[in-house]
Amino acid sequence: MTFINTFATRVFYAIILLMAVLVLNFSLMHMAPGDVADTIAQSMGGADKEVLDAIRTDYGLDQPFLVQLGRYMGNVAQFDLGHSFFFNQPVTQLILERLPATLLLVISAQLLALFVGVVLGVYSARKPNGIVSHFVTFFALFGYSAPVFWTGILLLISFSLMIPILPVAGMRDVTIEGNFWVHFIDVARHLVLPMITLASIFLALYSRLSRATMMETLGSDYVRTAKAKGLSERQVVYKHALKNSLSPVITLAGLQFSAVVSGAVLVETVFSWPGLGTLAFQSIIARDTPTILGILFFSALVVIVGNLLTDLALRLVDPRVGGKG
Amino acid sequence: MSQQPPPIEEQIEQARSPLSEAWEMFRRNHAAVAALVVLGLIVIGAIIGPFLYPTDPFEMVWAPFSPPGAEGFLLGTDYLGRDLMAMIINGARVSLIIGLAAAVVSIFIGVTIGALAGFYRGILEEILMRITEFFQVLPTLLFSMVIVALFGASLPMITLAIGIVSWTAVARITRAEFLRIRELEYVMASRASGVQNMKLMFRVILPNALPPIIVQSALMVGSAILFEAGLSFLGLTDPNVVSWGQIIGSNRQYILDASYTVTIPGLAIFVTVLAISLVGDGLNDALNPKLRSR
Repeated sequence: MTFINTFATRVFYAIILLMAVLVLNFSLMHMAPGDVADTIAQSMGGADKEVLDAIRTDYGLDQPFLVQLGRYMGNVAQFDLGHSFFFNQPVTQLILERLPATLLLVISAQLLALFVGVVLGVYSARKPNGIVSHFVTFFALFGYSAPVFWTGILLLISFSLMIPILPVAGMRDVTIEGNFWVHFIDVARHLVLPMITLASIFLALYSRLSRATMMETLGSDYVRTAKAKGLSERQVVYKHALKNSLSPVITLAGLQFSAVVSGAVLVETVFSWPGLGTLAFQSIIARDTPTILGILFFSALVVIVGNLLTDLALRLVDPRVGGKG
Repeated sequence: MSQQPPPIEEQIEQARSPLSEAWEMFRRNHAAVAALVVLGLIVIGAIIGPFLYPTDPFEMVWAPFSPPGAEGFLLGTDYLGRDLMAMIINGARVSLIIGLAAAVVSIFIGVTIGALAGFYRGILEEILMRITEFFQVLPTLLFSMVIVALFGASLPMITLAIGIVSWTAVARITRAEFLRIRELEYVMASRASGVQNMKLMFRVILPNALPPIIVQSALMVGSAILFEAGLSFLGLTDPNVVSWGQIIGSNRQYILDASYTVTIPGLAIFVTVLAISLVGDGLNDALNPKLRSR
């Protein structure tokens, strides 16, 4: 029962965090020069002071800060994040249209980075002076130091322009027709480069950590016991040691969610991936404040949910986590 | 010819200052030393480069998309016919200054919050660590994009925007160090002899908490440079200055015609950040006492 209890506490806490994001959002909007009335006036081609005041009264902008904040939070609770004057659409609708693309990119990149990272880490832990181990060290430095948008452009030049085997931009080819699987393969082909680019930042991080924890685990007593029992090296590594060295890596992956979403903004811009990142880019150029703040809110939501899922995954992998979490 | 090692008393007499000992450890990391040299060259280039190579980075000097080497332009020209070499040299200043200044801002915020939380504990620690968690949930790049978009893309605002979003790691490290050190005997002794809290925090504990903070700070400079590059790549930068990320961002539509306008500035960012992180590695060797015994 403690499991459900602590998890409920985490969910409750996550909701408080989200509300804090809303307060921050609203304060930023309030502090920024220019308001909705100015934006509307601008799109009408200018207005005098009386019209501006009328718009402000209309939108309740003449009310005290706390009243406005309360109304904003009430609206968000009803999934209303305001109206985008640039895209002429409700912000929530705009974001929900783009969210799946971002989720696809973020989740697939995280999984790729985790999987390849752990495989490389385990392999180089077993052969600490082998070529894979040096490769991991080198790649860790590259992943940390190379700007992700540059990595993306380099991959784009290599695999879309010089050796044109993968599509240059976007998420699907509108000219392609066919059943579900044809579209599936089409999206997958478009996903390859953005996914690898985004994963490249975190891959090295995960492989380095899993190498370190794996080496530590391989030196521990119970591994020696398992070996003494006569289990094969393979069985010892994959059945005994791996499970115990996985949880630090998962914890780290959970902490990286905010960085992954940040990286996704740049990667999406490079590959014109139709997600929240490109939307953020467009709305910032258009000075579309409600959309920008809506994206900030939703991306915080993605990070928070990601953290909760990590927590859940940790409990599944490692039963010692739990109780008081 | 074999010599006896000097007796232990002599060795103790010869013991060097902590600083020279740290340098000794740093010097053993050859990659870090090489990186320090490269970094020094980049810094010198950023300072005196514009005087040695006075071409205006905003001026159209030759036909657009002239490849590197053509007509005496070492790195070629970009889509507006501007001299890429001049842009790289002038961009170095912006990247380095913003990287450094943003790192200072975030270290200042992080150390203050971490120190207060670790020193006073209790309800203050709870509140400060919740605030830290809150900032960890916001995707850093998006948050600073929002700040820059709402409050204008001036260099001080960009610096502030990067600093505000990237202090959480420093705060956590500082707090952990303070929690450890505040229980040590010499801190107890200072406390018992009536040293005031402020002095205790910043004169007694902080100097001893510095090594991991310094290592983290080196890494912060690198990530702040990457951060600035990302923002200016997206066009969120002061239009009156050149920066490396901005060169990539404004030229990226033309990678078919002139891929070097993207690869070269990216290489500049990569080499700089790589050098900084290698120096950070060296600092870790030099300042981490756990590694000394190895």
